[in-house]
Amino acid sequence: MSFATEKVDSIGRNEGMKRRRKRNETRARAVALALSTAVGMLAAAGAVAGRETAIALTGARLIPVGGPEIADGVLVARGGKIAAVGATGAVRIPRGAEVRDLRGKVVMPGLVDTHSHLGRGSGGDRSAPLQPEVRVLDAVDVRSTNFWKARAGGLTTLNVMPGSGHLLSGQTVYLKLRDGGATVEDWLLCADASRRICGGLKMANGTNSQRQPPFPGTRARSAALQRGLFLRAVEYREKLARAGADAAQRPDRDLGLEAMVEALDGRRVIHFHTHRHDDIATVLRLAAEFGVRPVLHHLSDGWKMAGEIARAGLPASITLVDSPGGKQEALDVSWSTGAALERAGVDVAIHTDDAITDSRFLLRSAAMAVRGGMSRAKALAAVTLAGARMLGLDGRIGSLAAGKDADFVVLSGDPLAHVTRVEETWVEGRKVFDLARDARYLAGGRDAYDRDADAADHRIDTREIAE
Amino acid sequence: MTRKTLLTLACGAALAGALGAETLAVRAQTIWTAAGPRLDDGVVLVRDGKIERVGPAAEVAIPAGATVIEGEVVTPGLVDAHTVVGLSGILNIDHDQDQLDTTAPIQPELRALDAYNPRERLVEWLRELGVTTIHTGHGPGALAAGQTMVAKTVGETVEQAVLRPEAMVAMTLGPEVGDNFESPGTRAKGVAMLRADLVKAQEYAKKRTTEDAEKRPARDLKLETLARVLAGELPALVTAHSAVDIVTALRLAREFGFPLVLDGASEAYLVLDEIRGTGVPVILHPTMARLSGETRSASLETAAKLADAGIPFAIQSGYEPYVPKTRVVLFEAAVAAANGLGFERALAAVTIDAARLLGVADRVGSLEPGKDADLVVYDGDPFEYTTHVCKVIVDGRLVSEECR
Repeated sequence: MSFATEKVDSIGRNEGMKRRRKRNETRARAVALALSTAVGMLAAAGAVAGRETAIALTGARLIPVGGPEIADGVLVARGGKIAAVGATGAVRIPRGAEVRDLRGKVVMPGLVDTHSHLGRGSGGDRSAPLQPEVRVLDAVDVRSTNFWKARAGGLTTLNVMPGSGHLLSGQTVYLKLRDGGATVEDWLLCADASRRICGGLKMANGTNSQRQPPFPGTRARSAALQRGLFLRAVEYREKLARAGADAAQRPDRDLGLEAMVEALDGRRVIHFHTHRHDDIATVLRLAAEFGVRPVLHHLSDGWKMAGEIARAGLPASITLVDSPGGKQEALDVSWSTGAALERAGVDVAIHTDDAITDSRFLLRSAAMAVRGGMSRAKALAAVTLAGARMLGLDGRIGSLAAGKDADFVVLSGDPLAHVTRVEETWVEGRKVFDLARDARYLAGGRDAYDRDADAADHRIDTREIAE
Repeated sequence: MTRKTLLTLACGAALAGALGAETLAVRAQTIWTAAGPRLDDGVVLVRDGKIERVGPAAEVAIPAGATVIEGEVVTPGLVDAHTVVGLSGILNIDHDQDQLDTTAPIQPELRALDAYNPRERLVEWLRELGVTTIHTGHGPGALAAGQTMVAKTVGETVEQAVLRPEAMVAMTLGPEVGDNFESPGTRAKGVAMLRADLVKAQEYAKKRTTEDAEKRPARDLKLETLARVLAGELPALVTAHSAVDIVTALRLAREFGFPLVLDGASEAYLVLDEIRGTGVPVILHPTMARLSGETRSASLETAAKLADAGIPFAIQSGYEPYVPKTRVVLFEAAVAAANGLGFERALAAVTIDAARLLGVADRVGSLEPGKDADLVVYDGDPFEYTTHVCKVIVDGRLVSEECR
């Protein structure tokens, strides 16, 4: 963890008067050792480790998701993890725990956004329609104050994606909005970006990715290009398999095809932007042909295709917007899509697609899905546990359960009520948003968010950031 | 959906024609009249498309033979203080985007009436969500994009829909104009161009009234329209988001003495005293406006701050260039309500206050005897996201009865 050591070095230099230098260096080494141990534990636990005091939230209404609500509950967090969840009286509060009385409040899991464009992370460029080798994590700016919109909305985990102006715009990145955040590494959910899978793949069909050559001009051409890439990936995987341990026989490394093989093997999730019913059908056809299980995103026509999606057994992550239109393939978008998919037995998540909807209003989108007929329980799961499943992170996040990361939000009232506010957002046992301190990130205003960040957003072709 | 609704409208029209004196009674557990306190278990009596009486069910007898509609909550039909629907269509292709012509940056003579499509699906969308009156027309993006009008969200021709064919002249200050035109390329240039044309309009108006008819200049639609702004007949609806542009709009209004309505006004909270001092009303950006470009400084609390400062204002759905293609003032008011404005002031911002600002408060905006019978029936608190708009009544006719 070089960044930690550098930090210590710089502290040493800042203090560095010559005659105290040696003593300082000794101290710095000790601090460095302690810190690197701590950081090592951080990497291991994926949390702020150490023997920090346990925190016990008492008296709140708990919405664990994946289990019944607890009218008067206790949540104990320690070392960045949830230690216990249960009804008052049924959970032992550890001696020495910091106890917070949250009577009148509601506590639910930190929200999971399966589709975000925060952080100015660009993906592929205009050189080709399929760019699986491009990683958004190399471009995302964790210092963009726009991430505060997400914290203010109660979001704790994001899938930050490149845009939909490509058939495959690159690799997405899963981020935890941890306290601080100096580099993207501080927010990753994987241990090592060079060797591990840190996100999914973003694919798209329909109109956004249709452009001048070398981009496709039609839907059939789009599908043909995507099939061609999958075929090359299948061949590449076969060559790798034939070579086995024989390094001499192995094909040259191909960063794009490596990512595609991860997708073929089900280790890297494909997030597939698709709106119109026939485009959805095309994704189902591709998925069946190559044996992949993409998460279907947006689904303006999802309510027309619920049965087909259910039969394909694919999960759906949907956008709820306040009106139809803006482009031809979104003419029939409906608040009833969540309900239709739920009835058909599809696993449903709801995302922001920020800036299509604002990260501060993800709970509102869940409420709009209920307006469209979705059950309250599934709508709340749609912004938490279902999204976690779609990112392959449900073992770690998405519900309030012992052993999971201590990612939760404290709400002033019912999560679907319009007057309810996110009062606190916690990631791995640390408070990352406190309404009393950070109200400007909820309200917005002249100095709330980066002006240059927004200017940069503004320069991007709408198609790049949108959906 | 569209066909069904048109059919409903046609049937409604035929029925109303046949039964001219039909009486309608709308009874609800809660009635918000926007003209007084909440009414519990109330009745709104409607005759010939107009409100005849509003009062507690115990006091207002429902005449025999009246059609009775029951619901949980009733508000006046919502008034969207500024939109572009009907000119800006759902498809978002060149052929259905008539809110901005980019031939020239100053074209006040363009009439909304000549471009409004009353059968546009977005008009239907708003109507089915309780919006019964809209201030629509030319959009932001030009120094003077054209005129606006006030219409009901019903009618098959613009003539049937319109309440005020010429409402305001839509103008825009700020860098957004430069995105659409070669020149102006800067703020200052834009203001200089506007001032030059306003000066021309002053001279034109003077010459048009000279005694000697021979010496009068030929009619010039552009200068004629600007002259009407200068004469106070048509307010200038100036879209200005930054504090710099808001103050510039106030300066222009002071110099030329025209009636001004500030539009958008993202940074209004920085210049509340300046705005209040002039008495200029504000048509505020949608509460959930996307924070990019000119609206990057928008705050969820601006509506509350305007209200607290005593500045007359209303909430708009605005112009959306992409997805979603329009916003809905019911939802924008709900978020403002939750961010300091509160229920009653938020409801007023999308009913009576909007109607007053648009000069149509004699017809719409509140439930009072003599006004148009425009009502919305909900199955719960109108601002709760999970509540549905279940019935919409315009001019005493049921135009939507599907909960959404």
